[in-house]
Amino acid sequence: MEPLKMHRGLVYPLNRSNVDTDQIIPKQFLKRISRQGFGQYLFYNWRFDEKDRPREDFSLNDPKYKGTSILVGGENFGCGSSREHAPWALEDYGFRIIIAPSFADIFYNNCTKNGILPVVLTEDEVQKLMDNAEKGDYHLTVDLENKVVTDNHGFKATFDLAEYSRQMLLNGWDEISVTLTYEDKITAFEKEHIVY
Amino acid sequence: MTTPKTIVEKIWDKNVVYEEEGKPAILYIDLHLVHEVTSPQAFEGLRLKGRTVRQPKRTFATMDHNVPTVHTNVIKDEISKLQMDTLRKNCEEFGVPLAGMGHEHQGIVHVIGPELGLTQPGKTIVCGDSHTSTHGAFGALAFGIGTSEVEHVLATQTVWQQKPKTLNVQIDGTLGTGVTAKDLVLALIAKYGVNFGTGYVLEYTGEAVRNLSMEGRMTICNMSIEAGARAGLVGPDETTVNFIKGRLHAPKGEAFEQAKEMWLSLRSDEGATYDKTVTLNASEVEPQVTWGTNPAQCISVNAQIPNPESVTTENDKNEIKHALTYMGLEPDVKITDVPIQHVFIGSCTNSRVEDLEQAASVIHGRKVNKNVTAIVVPGSQTVKRQAEEKGLDKLFIDAGFEWREPGCSMCLAMNGDAVPPHERCASTSNRNFEGRQGADARTHLVSPEMAAAAAIAGHFVDVRSF
Repeated sequence: MEPLKMHRGLVYPLNRSNVDTDQIIPKQFLKRISRQGFGQYLFYNWRFDEKDRPREDFSLNDPKYKGTSILVGGENFGCGSSREHAPWALEDYGFRIIIAPSFADIFYNNCTKNGILPVVLTEDEVQKLMDNAEKGDYHLTVDLENKVVTDNHGFKATFDLAEYSRQMLLNGWDEISVTLTYEDKITAFEKEHIVY
Repeated sequence: MTTPKTIVEKIWDKNVVYEEEGKPAILYIDLHLVHEVTSPQAFEGLRLKGRTVRQPKRTFATMDHNVPTVHTNVIKDEISKLQMDTLRKNCEEFGVPLAGMGHEHQGIVHVIGPELGLTQPGKTIVCGDSHTSTHGAFGALAFGIGTSEVEHVLATQTVWQQKPKTLNVQIDGTLGTGVTAKDLVLALIAKYGVNFGTGYVLEYTGEAVRNLSMEGRMTICNMSIEAGARAGLVGPDETTVNFIKGRLHAPKGEAFEQAKEMWLSLRSDEGATYDKTVTLNASEVEPQVTWGTNPAQCISVNAQIPNPESVTTENDKNEIKHALTYMGLEPDVKITDVPIQHVFIGSCTNSRVEDLEQAASVIHGRKVNKNVTAIVVPGSQTVKRQAEEKGLDKLFIDAGFEWREPGCSMCLAMNGDAVPPHERCASTSNRNFEGRQGADARTHLVSPEMAAAAAIAGHFVDVRSF
């Protein structure tokens, strides 16, 4: 995956809690056998009506968010199904950063394996970003080296991320290659391990 | 004296390959279950890098998410067919055992694992599916993973894991007549919310859990993810051991006795400490019905649909309003006054023989309401055969239910079994998310008895007086 050290981008606010992966990528698009091309189906049932026309009342269709790469969402973002098609769709659409007060575990994990940085900020901080982004033309800079989010108007917030995930994202490592350096340990373990 | 440990700590210690300070551990995986939807990109990844499946014998595949439940000999949807053909080819190429379409053991991955005796206490079990938590009913540490991790497990038989925190869900008391494991877990999520389990493994303890059958335990563990927990489990006991004995992949003879001793020793020690504890009194739980678009938006069958004005914060108000709009419901209406058009009895939550028996037990010679389309989708070929031996298929068909072939079906509506826009379904599945059962479909989660009773009445009814 592509390394991610510092990212600056236009912010899109999705002011809803418990956004589930069924919303992020509806099931009718899970039949594909490749990883590519899921961006066009992102939030499909919210973006398009039953005749596949864009819904004007869904904010991501607003031209002011064209080119966005940072999504700010509500609590428990990415809950539900483990489908990795959700981060694939977000990444393919152009999102590299998701900011929320909390994430569902599997989704959070899936993001870090696909070059998307999930950032947990406090509810107050998220609300502030949400309010600013709703006006449009709001940009943030996310610095993964120093684990800090800033804007050009004095906003600054730090965030936490497990060191392991941080290194994976910073370096864009292939996790399997990393694990295979422990091959001898896995083999030794397997010799002793009993499974009935 | 050694420090008392929880079952989660015991399994963790047994399966950690390697760990160092400040890093996640490399955790060994004892059983990797695979299905057609979340695996093609993982196998393709192996191929691109010239890698193999490290332990094909600890891997088992089936087809469930995308399979038709009618006319299963011809798969009309070309894209679905390609996905199933891809799994078949991948399993052949990499030597992975497969119970595919037409196989006597095909079925929902979380139904067949336990049924074949693959699921056992103490095992670490993963699958590219969030309802992998189901297997925790046996005292296994079982959790859902994404496709990158599926590829990782195929290649290395391990995952990188942070040691999980533990949450004791203590459920004491006795379930009333007509109240099921499904009602218990819905009431639990309604009480504590859809993310109280995030970052934890739930351990269900207490008298009410001990008294549940394995099927009931699977139902509650299944919905752990709906509380935010990747895994939920129940300490193994005689009920667990008796369920496993004699199954196809269960140890036999002397090996079974050894396994049994190890399994029973896994139960959390007296005095073991948890990071958090929540409680629920089973005696107070009534049959549940969800009214909204997440599983915590749930009420007892005799309650009224909530009014947004009854909550204080603007966010909570908006959330209720949004859900009511999507669901096409008015506040303060009794949920039993809400008519339904569809019933789905099935899914990894409630599609086992016991679930089907419970659903059939409320029919009493009555017919499905003329305004309702009701389908019963057994969890596996084995469930289907056993149910037919008991004559359940006949009870359902005579009452006007459709008796289908096994699969995930209308739980996620990927295979064409869907609820039409703006129509309402009483469903024994696990998620009432927007669009889950079809675009603009309205889902109400209930137990199998409640679903069957609603099918007959044409609206929700209290199964205890039906």
